[in-house]
Amino acid sequence: MTLTLGHFLTLGAILFALSVVGIFLNRKNLIVLMMAIELMLLAVNTNFVAFSHYLGDLKGQIFVFFILTVAAAEAAIGLAILVLLFRSKSNINVDELNTLKG
Amino acid sequence: MSQTLSSTTLLVVALAPLVGAISAGVLGTKFGGNVIGRRVSHSLTILGVLLSFVLSALTLKSVALDGARFNETIYTWMVIGDLKMEIGFLVDGLTAMMMCVVTFVSLMVHIYTVGYMEEDEGYNRFFAYISLFTFSMLMLVMSNNMLQLFFGWEAVGLVSYLLIGFWFNKPTAIFANMKAFLVNRVGDFGFILGIGLLVAYTGTLNYSETFAKTGELSKLMLPGTDWMLITVICICLFIGAMGKSAQFPLHVWLPDSMEGPTPISALIHAATMVTAGIFMVARMSPLFELSDTALNFVLIIGGITALFMGFLGIIQNDIKRIVAYSTLSQLGYMTVALGASAYSVAVFHLMTHAFFKALLFLAAGSVIMGVHHNQDIRWMGGLRKYMPITWLTFLAGSLALIGTPLLSGFYSKDEIIMAVHASQLPAAGFAYFAVLAGVFVTAFYSFRLYFLVFHGKERFDQNPDVHHGHDHGHHATDSKPHESPWVVTVPLVLLAIPSLLIGFMTIGPMLFGEFFKDAIFVNAEIHTAMEMLREEFHGPVQMALHGLTAAPFWLALSGVVLSYYMYMVNPALPAAIKRRVEPLYTLLENKYYMDWFNEKVLAPVMLKLGFVLWKVGDQGAIDGVVVNGSWRVVGWISGMVRKVQTGYLYDYALTMVLGVFVLMTYFVWLK
Repeated sequence: MTLTLGHFLTLGAILFALSVVGIFLNRKNLIVLMMAIELMLLAVNTNFVAFSHYLGDLKGQIFVFFILTVAAAEAAIGLAILVLLFRSKSNINVDELNTLKG
Repeated sequence: MSQTLSSTTLLVVALAPLVGAISAGVLGTKFGGNVIGRRVSHSLTILGVLLSFVLSALTLKSVALDGARFNETIYTWMVIGDLKMEIGFLVDGLTAMMMCVVTFVSLMVHIYTVGYMEEDEGYNRFFAYISLFTFSMLMLVMSNNMLQLFFGWEAVGLVSYLLIGFWFNKPTAIFANMKAFLVNRVGDFGFILGIGLLVAYTGTLNYSETFAKTGELSKLMLPGTDWMLITVICICLFIGAMGKSAQFPLHVWLPDSMEGPTPISALIHAATMVTAGIFMVARMSPLFELSDTALNFVLIIGGITALFMGFLGIIQNDIKRIVAYSTLSQLGYMTVALGASAYSVAVFHLMTHAFFKALLFLAAGSVIMGVHHNQDIRWMGGLRKYMPITWLTFLAGSLALIGTPLLSGFYSKDEIIMAVHASQLPAAGFAYFAVLAGVFVTAFYSFRLYFLVFHGKERFDQNPDVHHGHDHGHHATDSKPHESPWVVTVPLVLLAIPSLLIGFMTIGPMLFGEFFKDAIFVNAEIHTAMEMLREEFHGPVQMALHGLTAAPFWLALSGVVLSYYMYMVNPALPAAIKRRVEPLYTLLENKYYMDWFNEKVLAPVMLKLGFVLWKVGDQGAIDGVVVNGSWRVVGWISGMVRKVQTGYLYDYALTMVLGVFVLMTYFVWLK
């Protein structure tokens, strides 16, 4: 059995679905939330790489580097916000962060 | 048609009294710091009105002799779409005559006031008001459009209100002025509806432009009904005239308006303001000619007013109230003439009536002064000796009023009776009876008043209530009546002259000449009354000779003789009659229970209706549904929407994902 494009896309879809479910199901920890978001980006990256290989076009893989860079920056900023949030609220429980409530 | 008038002259005519009013009203009162005194105040206002009168007389001369006309817009106030709101003057025979009557009577009243109000604290204020009135009335009669007419209409109403309540410490005066104001609102409501309908269907406020469209107007129906539009318009306008000219059933304010000082009773509530309705209908004659229904309505209202208000004059004891009821009855005569399509006759009676009724009121005022502010004729009598000038002028006014041949009232009243007789309208029969019977009644109450005041036993020292009617703090020590000063008697004499002569001199040109040719329109094919009058008229002298053999003269004579018998020869008779017809007397004493009806039935019903409208319409529908309802709906919807905003990140993320899903579905599969 050889690995075809379909396998990679299925993997990407499963990863993406996992991360979405992770976002909804997670009611406790903000860090888990951020990890789920990272996972979502990785799922997209998998798709990019798979298509890049399948079409023989390197531009897709170049794009993956950009996404990884942005994801790293985002993670840094996200963690920084998290630290500040923890300082002011003394916890990072998602269920208690509802100050946006209308 | 050759000559036109100068707009500057006309402006001065209207504005001179206004300048007088402002100077006396602002500088002469506490409001402006009492800068000018009484002498300056009355000089300024009298000069203003004198100037106005002289220029009006010159205008009348050039209108009557040279055929001058003026119809121009002086100033455009605003333009909304195609609707122009303008101030302009229209001067033709009708206007020129009204201008002269208004300014002349006003001038006489101004001079008279110097004597009458001498002891009053509100001297300057009074002059300011009557000058303001003159300005308003001139604006009303000189207008060339409905807007300015309405302005003048409301302004004279305002001044009337101010003057009825001139003695504002007197509760009855305040009651009377509020009553006048409220009753006039009813009329004005009809009037503004009429104007509104006219504007809606003709798109213009200007008289000549409106009258140019009468052909189209006469064919229209009021939408949603089978009423002729023109009938509705005319009846609405006439309701306005009923309020202002005190026609049944909106007459109730006029007798009460006698609470005001006598000079304004003469100026406003007899000679000029109350005739504004008559003037307006005459001015709108091209419209009224189109609707026989409206003319029938006018005839009936006029007939009722002419006869039944006359009856009330018989039982009154207050000298001013008798003259007031007489005014009501005479206004009824004018209205009847309007209904018979004899507009020029109505205006002719308006003019003669203005002179003799102003005279009667001023003479009554002079009597009131002479007997130390007593107004009850039961405590007068025999004043002839003490007040010769007042006596003679009052007699002249009374004779003119009852229609003695050759005097002015004869010509106008006889023409009215003949016009109604000649009218073909269904209501003319009733109106003819009313005006004919009215002649007898008029003669009876006029001479009852005359005999009780000037002849018979002197009863002025028997008044049980000597302080009755005191409004000047004038506590007389001697009870003998005295003749009034020259400022009072000169206007009386000056008014007596036209009261006697004006009818004789002007009947030819005014009724049968060209004077009103372009001001008043009569559809001679349908309404033939004027044509028939014209055929029967062979000069004023013949008319007077013919009048001696006609029914009105004998009716008037029998009225005079009967009053002489009842009040001079056999003074016990009235009381005996009164006892015999007690219910009738009570009915008259209570003025047909009109006031009772208005206060006990109409006012509570209106209050209830107003209460219901306030609660249901205003608080319920407008405040409740429209205003509060809209915020409640918005609040409810936003309350629902707010629940979506949980503040939890995962909910936002879910929404986002769902959104992406929907969009993707749409773009990938459905598009």
